[in-house]
Amino acid sequence: MIWFLTRRVLATVAVLLAMSAIVYGLFYLMPGDPAVLACGKRCGPEQLVVTRHKLGLDQAVYLQYWHFLEGLVIGRDYSSGPDVNHCAAPCLGYSFQSDQPVTSLLLDRLPVSASLTLGALLLALVLGVGAGLLSALRRGTVVERLLTGVTLLGFSTPVFLIGLILLLVFCAWLKVLPFPSYVPVTQNPVEWARNLVLPWCALALIEAALFARVARAGILETLAEDHIRTFRAYGLSERQVVRRHALRGALAPVATITAVELATIIVSAMLTESMFGLPGIGKLAVEATTSVDLPVIVGVTLLAGTAVVLANAVADLLHAAIDPRVKLA
Amino acid sequence: MTLLDTEPVAGTDTAPSRRGGAWRRLRADRSALAALVLVGLLALAALAAPLLTALEGQDPTTFHSQLLDSARGGVPHGAFGGLSGDHWLGVEPGTGRDVFARVVYGARVSLGVALAATVLELVIGIAIGLAAGLGGPRLDAVLSRVIEIAIAFPSLLLALALMAIVPDSVPRPVLVALAITAVNWGNVARVTRAQAMSLRSREYVDAARLAGLGPLPIALREILPGLTTPLMVLAALKVPNNIVNEAGLSFLGAGVRPPTPSWGQMLSTSTTWFQTDPAYVIIPGGLLLVTLLAFSLFADGVRRALDPRSVRV
Repeated sequence: MIWFLTRRVLATVAVLLAMSAIVYGLFYLMPGDPAVLACGKRCGPEQLVVTRHKLGLDQAVYLQYWHFLEGLVIGRDYSSGPDVNHCAAPCLGYSFQSDQPVTSLLLDRLPVSASLTLGALLLALVLGVGAGLLSALRRGTVVERLLTGVTLLGFSTPVFLIGLILLLVFCAWLKVLPFPSYVPVTQNPVEWARNLVLPWCALALIEAALFARVARAGILETLAEDHIRTFRAYGLSERQVVRRHALRGALAPVATITAVELATIIVSAMLTESMFGLPGIGKLAVEATTSVDLPVIVGVTLLAGTAVVLANAVADLLHAAIDPRVKLA
Repeated sequence: MTLLDTEPVAGTDTAPSRRGGAWRRLRADRSALAALVLVGLLALAALAAPLLTALEGQDPTTFHSQLLDSARGGVPHGAFGGLSGDHWLGVEPGTGRDVFARVVYGARVSLGVALAATVLELVIGIAIGLAAGLGGPRLDAVLSRVIEIAIAFPSLLLALALMAIVPDSVPRPVLVALAITAVNWGNVARVTRAQAMSLRSREYVDAARLAGLGPLPIALREILPGLTTPLMVLAALKVPNNIVNEAGLSFLGAGVRPPTPSWGQMLSTSTTWFQTDPAYVIIPGGLLLVTLLAFSLFADGVRRALDPRSVRV
C-alpha cells in the first residue's frame, strides 16, 4: 500500500512538473515578446528593457522556468529600480492588464466558479443517478427509450446552446427568473440561488447525461452480482435491494467519472460562465485570452490542469480504498 | 515473403465477413440511416453554399440597414426575424445581413473545420499510439505520460489560449482546426496504443516478424487493419465533438474572424438579442442541434453495427 501510494504521489508530481513546463514553455517562449505585451502600447525602448529585466525575461530560459517554479513554491521578488515587490507563494506573477497578482485574481473569482460547479454537480448527481436508476429498472420499456434519447440529446448539445434555450424560455418568455448576475452567498443566499438556477441547470443537464449512462451501467452490473441474488434469496424486498445495495454500485463509477471527466466539466463551466456573464475563473480566462494576458492564461491553465491531475490521483486512491478488487499495481 | 505480401493472415483477424455484416446492420438501422441522409443534406448544402445563396439572391456579408427597426435598437422589421421571400430565414439584428446565407456559409466552417480536425487527430493519434504500443517499454513510458497529459487538459481552455498567441498570418479556419487537433488527439492515441498492444503478440504478427518484416511495415500492414473497428467508432463520435469544439471556440470569440460567418459566432451574438429577436437564437441554435443530433445518432449506429455485442448504455 505504501509503495503504491509513494509511486502514485511521485507520478502525480512528475506529471504536474511536466505540465507546468509545457504550459510555461508554450506561452513564454512563443514568437512574440512577452515584455512588449507586459509593457503595453505606449512603451519606449528604454521602458521595454526595464520591463524585460523586471520580469526576468533577459535570463536564460531554464533560469526563467526555475524562477517561475520558485515563485510557485516559495514566492519571488520583482525588483524595478529601488522598489522591490514581494509576491508571496504560490506566486503566478502579475497580470499584464490590471497589475494585480494573478493568485489573488484567481482567488477573487473562485467563489463564483465554485458556486456554479458544485451546485451543478450536485444537481447533476441527483438527476443523473435518478435517470440511470429509472432506466436500469425499467429496461426495455418506453421510459428507457425516452431516457436514452434525452441522454443522447444532453450528450450532443453544447452547454451554451442549452443555456440560451433556458434564457429564452425562463427570462424572455415566462419572465420568472432574472438574467443571471452573481450575488455572493454571504450577501443574500436567496438571490444567490435565484440567479444561479439557470446556470446550474444548463451545466447540470450536460453532466447528468454522462452520470445517467455510467450510473445505469453500474446498477445493472451490481444487480447481476451474486451477493444481490443472495439478498433476494434472504427475502429482502426489491426496494430494499435497490435502495441499500444497487445504488451503491452506481455511486463509485459516478465518482470516478467525475474525476476523469473533470477536464470536460471545467470547459463546460467556462462556457457557462461566459454564456451567462458570471464573473468566474472561466470568464477570467476568456478575457485574458482576448487581451493576451500571459500570466493570467498560464495561471488559469495551470490551475485547471492541476485540478484535473489531482482529481484523477484522488479518484484512483479512493477507488482502490473502496473496492478491494482493484489491485494496487 | 511472398506469402506475406498478400497479407492473408491480417485479413482473418479483422474478419471481413464481420465488417460486411456491419454494413448490412447499418443499412437496416433506420435511425442511423435517417441521420446519414440528414448529414448528407447538410454537407451538400455546405458545399453548394454559393449556389444556394445565388438562388436566394443574397450574400452573407451585405448589410441591409433598411430592414432594421432603429426605434427598437436594430431588431429586424416583420415577423420571426424579418422572414421574407427575399430573406428566407430573415436578417441578422444589428446588421441586417442575410441569415440564410450566413447559416449555409457557416455550415462550411463548422463541417469543414470539424472534419479536418478529426482527420488530423486520427493521423496524429494513430502515429503516436502505434509508436507507444509497438516501440518498446521505454518509448511507451514517455509517450504514455504525454498522452495522459494531453487527455487530462481542459482542451477548450488550451485551444483558446493557443488561438490567442498564434500570429494572425495563419488562416483562421486552418488555425481553428489545428488548435482543436492539438488538444484532442489524446484519446485516439490511447485507444490505438491499447489495441496495438493486444494485437502485437498475436501469432500472425509473430509470423510477419519472423518473415523479416521491419517494424514500420508490421505496424502499418499487420496492426493497423486490426484497429479499424474501434477507430471508426471513435472517428464517428469525434466529428460531432469537434463541431461542438469549433462552435465553442467561435462562441468565445476565438474562432474564425468576422465577417466569415460561423454558427458559434451567431449564437454568441444572439445572447445580446435573445429578448428582442428570439428567431436569431432559434435558427442557428436549432440547426446546430439538429446537426449534432444527426451526427451523434449516426455515430451510435456505427457503433452498434460494428460491435453488436456492445450493451447499449
